[in-house]
Amino acid sequence: MSILVDKTTRVLVQGITGREGSFHTQQMLAYGTNVVAGVTPGKGGQSVHDVPVFDTVAEAMGKTEPNAAMIFVPPRFAADAILEAAEGGIELVICLTEGIPVNDMVLVRRYLDIRGTKLIGPNTPGIISPGKAKLGLMAGYIHREGSVGVMSRSGTLTYEAVNQLSQRGIGQSTCVGIGGDPIIGLSFIDLLALFEEDEQTEAVVLIGEIGGNAEEQAARYIADEFTKPVVSFIAGRTAPPGRRMGHAGAIVTGGTGTAAAKIAALSEAGVTVVESPAQIGSAIASVI
Amino acid sequence: MKIHEYQAKELFSSFSIPVPAGKVASSPSEASEAAASLSGRVVVKAQIYAGGRGKAGGVLVVDSPEAARGAAEKLLAHPLVTHQTGPAGRMVNRVLVERATDVETEIYLGITIDRTRRLPVIMASPAGGMEIEQIASDSPEKIFKEWISPEIGLRTFQAYRLASKLGLGPSQTKQVTKIISNLYRLFVEKDCMLVEINPLVVDADGSVIALDAKVNFDDNGLFRHPEVESMRDPNEENQLELEAKKNNLNYIKLDGNVGCLVNGAGLAMATMDLIKLAGAAPANFLDVGGSANEEMIEKGFSLLLSDPDVRAVFINIFGGILRCDILARGIVAAVKRLEVDVPVVVRLEGTNVEQGREILAQSGLSFLRASDLDEAAKLIARALKEGK
Repeated sequence: MSILVDKTTRVLVQGITGREGSFHTQQMLAYGTNVVAGVTPGKGGQSVHDVPVFDTVAEAMGKTEPNAAMIFVPPRFAADAILEAAEGGIELVICLTEGIPVNDMVLVRRYLDIRGTKLIGPNTPGIISPGKAKLGLMAGYIHREGSVGVMSRSGTLTYEAVNQLSQRGIGQSTCVGIGGDPIIGLSFIDLLALFEEDEQTEAVVLIGEIGGNAEEQAARYIADEFTKPVVSFIAGRTAPPGRRMGHAGAIVTGGTGTAAAKIAALSEAGVTVVESPAQIGSAIASVI
Repeated sequence: MKIHEYQAKELFSSFSIPVPAGKVASSPSEASEAAASLSGRVVVKAQIYAGGRGKAGGVLVVDSPEAARGAAEKLLAHPLVTHQTGPAGRMVNRVLVERATDVETEIYLGITIDRTRRLPVIMASPAGGMEIEQIASDSPEKIFKEWISPEIGLRTFQAYRLASKLGLGPSQTKQVTKIISNLYRLFVEKDCMLVEINPLVVDADGSVIALDAKVNFDDNGLFRHPEVESMRDPNEENQLELEAKKNNLNYIKLDGNVGCLVNGAGLAMATMDLIKLAGAAPANFLDVGGSANEEMIEKGFSLLLSDPDVRAVFINIFGGILRCDILARGIVAAVKRLEVDVPVVVRLEGTNVEQGREILAQSGLSFLRASDLDEAAKLIARALKEGK
């Protein structure tokens, strides 16, 4: 069945007339994603790759009934765009924007929780259910449909993992980038709960990195609730403390968020943690 | 982004948080003048971004303007080595000369983002002067916290509730309540990731004063604060890192000798780990981002080569939006222009990978080409061995 997105997902693209928004709309349409509308204030009435453009989310809702929104909006306007989608009644928002101030996200996340809106990201490559729908920046062709769920805090490292799987003939149910920022929407735990329920998913790859304690929390959840095999890789074992490694969320501060602590917690929870990023594919092959 | 203590204290003053009277000085004579104008005992504090200055001898208490001059002579234009600076230390270009405070009580006060609760958290402890991590591990029961709902902000009752747990007298509790409110206002208005006063002290007169000040800003919020950006001290930042930032590249200097160029932060970290597993050490973290063009690749490549420690280079790219053919052209151009004399291991995958590999093969240059990460790791180990 896959999780969160499939062939029935109706996509609204916010920022569709921009360079990124327009390019990826075309890529998503080519993959078979059902993009039903776009929004750019002041550009209503135009169309992008035959997708109608509206001035506001409210207008797009009334005319095209989308249930997922993708945010291709620059950092200073992104929080507003997410809030507009949630207020308009969108159920799932995917925010690809990198560089949103953390203070903005504190408030956004709060409002989304009140509305019951699900958020993926920000600072994510998006989500793909291979063979069904792609709502993201990832190259569709490296994926194949199958039984492994993939979730990650990083973009290209996820492609690496997916590629290793596909080259071994192992397909994926759904691949989700949860985002590289300190405050994000859906967490590893939220996704594990969905993968647990999903009949298509037989095993999960969890790709973590230094900073925060999302991996430790996931480990606790896996030990207590999750019944399918999990393989994990944690990036940043060699990263120096106190330095932000690219992602706003990837920083070891005051001894918390270290790779060692995450690896220990996951191993204790029965997760197969691989030392090298080159071993993700073979580790999955050995557990399914 | 970090700033100096003296800058953080100026910011505190503008948010009505009391700090000791003081002046910043960049020469011994300025330090002596500052001490004379303050009169009495003064503290001369080295201004570098790193913490641990006190233990490292970077904070000196003196009794006269002459002694302040001597202290400044000792500190200025010398590197200060603390547990946070690394063995080379950081050059001291300024000192802060402050009126000395008679300390009765030391308190810890800090505000940051709690990633688990997704809310700002204010932390206070009567065990001031120690690092918060130290307090957390030694006596966690002495750390008190209040989480702030962004929709209503920090309310006085919360600030008071926190202040009242510190075991202070009524007047001091009131002063701390006000300081907490002002510190939170600063945290939000200036888009901070961390503000910390350690120690916040009660002096002999019963006044509450911030003896130290630490402010880290959210890099993502800087676009709203040109006044913060202008506080940046280029002397405190690695020149290669600054150069990278100008070109929209994310570069961090590390201690090893294998230069890496990667797209994506997660893959860049994983690449560093891979190098370590191969028995080598990365010379840098370099993320060229998802949408790099030929020029940026060339720039990134020349940047990592300008590090004299680099003995081999590993280029690891998983093309998505960044196409492998564009990347390959950038690398070939850079290698030809820079007359590279260290081995270059290239691993390409993703969009247009065939064209990319073709461009490398046709270039007439001797790249070590890896088809996957395992092979890449082996090639790096071999390249380093042969290079020696």
